[in-house]
Amino acid sequence: MTQAEQERRFQEKIEKEIKIEPNDWMPDEYRQTLIRQISQHAHSEIVGMLPEGNWITRAPNLRRKAVLLAKVQDEAGHGLYLYSAAETLGADREQLIDDMHTGKAKYSSIFNYPALTWADIGTIGWLVDGAAIMNQVALCRTSYGPYARAMVKICKEESFHQRQGYESLMKLCNGTPQQKAMAQDAMNRFWWPALMMFGPSDAESTHSDQSIKWKIKRFTNDELRQSFVDASVSQAEILGLTIPDPNLKWNEARGHYDFSEINWDEFWQVVKGNGPCNKERIAARLKAKEDGLWVREAANAFAKKRAMKKSA
Amino acid sequence: MSTSEWPLWEVFIRSKQGLNHKHVGSLRAPDATLALENARDVYTRRSEGISIWVVESAHIHATDIDEAESFFEPSDTKIYRHPTFYEVPDGVKHM
Repeated sequence: MTQAEQERRFQEKIEKEIKIEPNDWMPDEYRQTLIRQISQHAHSEIVGMLPEGNWITRAPNLRRKAVLLAKVQDEAGHGLYLYSAAETLGADREQLIDDMHTGKAKYSSIFNYPALTWADIGTIGWLVDGAAIMNQVALCRTSYGPYARAMVKICKEESFHQRQGYESLMKLCNGTPQQKAMAQDAMNRFWWPALMMFGPSDAESTHSDQSIKWKIKRFTNDELRQSFVDASVSQAEILGLTIPDPNLKWNEARGHYDFSEINWDEFWQVVKGNGPCNKERIAARLKAKEDGLWVREAANAFAKKRAMKKSA
Repeated sequence: MSTSEWPLWEVFIRSKQGLNHKHVGSLRAPDATLALENARDVYTRRSEGISIWVVESAHIHATDIDEAESFFEPSDTKIYRHPTFYEVPDGVKHM
């Protein structure tokens, strides 16, 4: 079969909503796009543990602590599902992780912002996980089978993340004036970075068109961002928090909320590594890898020893 | 030494008594014991299973995707293996 014939058949499958599985023929660029996107997604889950992990020992009570611990453990699991999905495409897990450490591969920029107060943890659950869910629900129908299956599993678990965050903020918003102010301050700092999570605008997005044609993505960055804004407005109202955007208002004609232009300079600065925590995050990941080396070596040595005993 | 030296394992989970083990994903681990423990932590954090199998991926033999059409041809062409192939008068019951 010629390359053109294979490509035609491949696109036909995509049109018919037939999932692509690991051993199926696929264009090299489809494979590379998926490896880039899935690994970036996996890195985000892993780096996402860092700002929250910092707060486990400082959670205000045992219930919140147990919840946060469970949430962070979920993120580790999500990272693993996604690395596994990337491996089905022939990617080398170790290499993917090293690519993040050298800066060749990216992770979600949102994790380059610090979690300064306890209210940030609730806000991360509500807005950051909320934005992630908006993206991930759309990805449950992505054309690559292992990625779609990983996303289904992740979405099921992720909704607890958003709800616990919202509940935690609800408590603060109904608390003392200081607690309420702390929640508003967190909202002010996280709102714009959360909108940036959907990536560059459609006009600027380099990968969008082809990804939509291949049904890796089902909606564009701007479409998802709009859905997120629309969903967040009433959620903020119920909390009694103000969204920090003077231009946010309902547009009857569009059937959507209008909102201000995003500060794209800030977005690109953070993507390029100049956000508040980029260096700290990578340093923490590198340290974890190096400090954990002896554990991995010990596990190998133990496995070998046990195998020898068995064969003896 | 890297984790890529750890073999890849495929994970199968029985969600409840009476159902078969179903493939849920894969993971890396140095041996079967740790593969089972990792599988528990990664794939059953919310009562998804009562039994786990792990199989080293290298031990799985699969049909060749490129040969699928001819390989499965015998089952696609024999429509008389399905009950709907046969005509039965309307009045016949319990069949």
